[in-house]
Amino acid sequence: MSDTKKPQSAVQTTGHAWDGDIQEFNNPLPNWWLWAFYATVVFAVVYWIFYPAWPVGSSYTTGVMNNITFVDSDGTEKTMHWNTRALLLKDLQEGKSATLSREYLEKVQGADYETILGDAEMMAFTRSMAVGLFGDNCMPCHGAGGGGVMGLFPNLADDDWLWGGTVEDIQTTISDGRYGFMPSFRETFNDQQLDDVAAYVLSLSGQETDSASAQRGKRLFQTSAGGCYYCHGTDGKGMKSQGSANLTDQIWTIADVPGADAPAQKRAAVKAVVANGVQRTMPHWSDRLDKTQIKLLTVYVHELGGGQ
Amino acid sequence: MTDSASQVLYQARIPIYPRSVKGRFRTLKWGILTFAYGVYFLLPWLRWERNAGPDQAVLFDIADRKFYLFDLVMHAQDLFWLTGFLLVAALLLFFVTSIAGRVFCGYFCFQTLWTDLYLLIERLVQGDRVARIRLDKSPWTANKFLRKVLTHILWLAAAFLTGLTFTLYWGNAPELIVEWFTGKAPFAAYATTLFLTITTYVMAGLAREQVCTYMCPYARFQSVMFDEDTRIVAYDVARGEGKAGRHKVTRDLKTLEQRQQQGVGECIDCGYCVQVCPTGIDIRNGLQVQCISCALCIDACDTIMGSLGWDKGLIRYTSEKQAEGKESRILKPKTIAYGLVLLAAIAALLWGVSNQAPLEMSVVQVRQPLFVRLSDGRVQNSYELHIENKTDQPLKLAIMMRGLAGAELDVGKLSSVEIGPQRSLRVHARVRWNSGNRHKGSRSFEFDLIPQTQPEIGMISAPATFYMPGGDS
Ligand code: SF4
Ligand code: SF4
Repeated sequence: MSDTKKPQSAVQTTGHAWDGDIQEFNNPLPNWWLWAFYATVVFAVVYWIFYPAWPVGSSYTTGVMNNITFVDSDGTEKTMHWNTRALLLKDLQEGKSATLSREYLEKVQGADYETILGDAEMMAFTRSMAVGLFGDNCMPCHGAGGGGVMGLFPNLADDDWLWGGTVEDIQTTISDGRYGFMPSFRETFNDQQLDDVAAYVLSLSGQETDSASAQRGKRLFQTSAGGCYYCHGTDGKGMKSQGSANLTDQIWTIADVPGADAPAQKRAAVKAVVANGVQRTMPHWSDRLDKTQIKLLTVYVHELGGGQ
Repeated sequence: MTDSASQVLYQARIPIYPRSVKGRFRTLKWGILTFAYGVYFLLPWLRWERNAGPDQAVLFDIADRKFYLFDLVMHAQDLFWLTGFLLVAALLLFFVTSIAGRVFCGYFCFQTLWTDLYLLIERLVQGDRVARIRLDKSPWTANKFLRKVLTHILWLAAAFLTGLTFTLYWGNAPELIVEWFTGKAPFAAYATTLFLTITTYVMAGLAREQVCTYMCPYARFQSVMFDEDTRIVAYDVARGEGKAGRHKVTRDLKTLEQRQQQGVGECIDCGYCVQVCPTGIDIRNGLQVQCISCALCIDACDTIMGSLGWDKGLIRYTSEKQAEGKESRILKPKTIAYGLVLLAAIAALLWGVSNQAPLEMSVVQVRQPLFVRLSDGRVQNSYELHIENKTDQPLKLAIMMRGLAGAELDVGKLSSVEIGPQRSLRVHARVRWNSGNRHKGSRSFEFDLIPQTQPEIGMISAPATFYMPGGDS
């Protein structure tokens, strides 16, 4: 392009002149640019025909020959005109990862708990599925990761299981729900007696208390005077069938003993529970979740705290 | 209304009609082209036995985040190899450029290879240079129309094959091609094919030398790697021009003696070297930025010199120093430095590839809840172990921990985990510990993974921290 360089086109002007010598250049667009522009116009027209495009009243033109057909999760065949939502729905049903995870889900459905718990891949799959289920259904009370809320909702990640920590127990808890009840002893005991029972309960798990008071509390606890042993057992270890707490371990689900500093505060916390009683309800999920979902959640919750 | 002011703002492209030529460099270039196309178009179809994974020799599996290159499987964590590879490629380019100039452009560049193919198609349909120029100047007839349309159809077909083949590298070729033509392939496959088809057609068919001249960054910076010792395609001015310049062969300027007597050079000004040049330059004007070192002008001039019975090499590979009759060195400090850095980079890449860890583990601590207190007063932390088996055999692994005296590790009923070839797995693990109040806050320890099958892999470890809340327990 060295010596062949000749002016190909001189710049043209529109021909007007203002104030004597001010001219207006006329630089038409390059042809390739124009053609690219025409191409976009053609593209737009084609697009209008085949894709949703124009608003019409409260609806819109849906386009022609663009049906998306897929089999929904309930087995019915659905046909929708092209839109990104339909694409997503189809992908959720028929996409590669959807098909894969459905296959895996069937494998988990068909396996018993023993097999699932012993299979690393099934455990990993279950966990990945159950995290979402747990987040949608259980997290509002039990917290993400099952940490619970002191006094209200039990911690699912520790090794204490009020209603039992075997997979069977956990499955029953989730599908049928639980109702935890401890009567209020405000009417039964006077203030002194409430103090004594609280002292005894603290002594059960090795907390420092006034031993004379605890001795008096023990009598109330273990005789029909107080009757605490009906539910918590003479040794205070609780009963799974009742959902009664084990009072001899280090876990407190209602009285915030670990959070209290001084012995007097701890005693006050326990005393309040005895005086007020406890009422806690875990709703049943059998209506809202299907069997597979409950199975996934059971394995997940079991794994959180290590199960029993 | 047309009042021209004599200024040029925009110059249209002057069409170039490269003429065909025969010669040793042209033959070499056809050889390279055949080989390169053979590799490019056939490689996706090459099958490869693997214990695990697809049986395609070269496959870039984006969905599974694995690149298969014969017996090498590249995982997402190995992506830095790509950096290494690009670095080696760049250094190689520097090294070669400083010694031999733009050999990459002339012989190996995709733009050159595909333009060659397109020129071949053009020549087969429309004839050689003169015929093409005549055809372009002639009015539109059915013949012209047919030839033009056929050229573009063949160009598009070549572009489509190129695009489709590129797409086949990213999926199982025999399956993907059936899916492609039955409308079942993923959208990305169509988009990729379309994109590559269009770019090939535009670049090799329409833009051609303009890519090298205006778009290619390498063309812009290669000049800094040139020096007076670099081999370039050059015209021997002293020999070609003599004292009185070049001259056509006429009756009294026929033999070398006649020409030498009159001081005329050996260039017979036939213009063949200019006509064959794919970038449309005249090499006799000296080294120019457009020259892609394709050496076709050497072939052209050698043909002319040969037919006249004169010495070949009026246009030849030479260096600036050589052309001036001085000694020219190939290995000088700069080239040696490039070479050493290149060797170091190759060594580092090879080391990285050959030391690919067969087994990897990373640990993420579960943060919700960060810890729980257990019934016996101990504290429990949970972890998610991400284990990746990069071997092509299933592995049985024992998970252990180390570094927290008296701590207990619980991975449920998974006394040992089994993990398939080329697979990864997440395992939820719980660690229980009572520091006896000696430690609060974070404490480091390690998870160990001990292969029970293939013990030669050896134990691998990953660090983790245990969080011990303050206060009494
Ligand atoms: S001048 Fe010669 S080597 Fe350079 S591009 Fe033209 S033909 Fe090729
Ligand atoms: S091909 Fe050789 S002889 Fe012919 S013009 Fe070019 S340099 Fe001169």
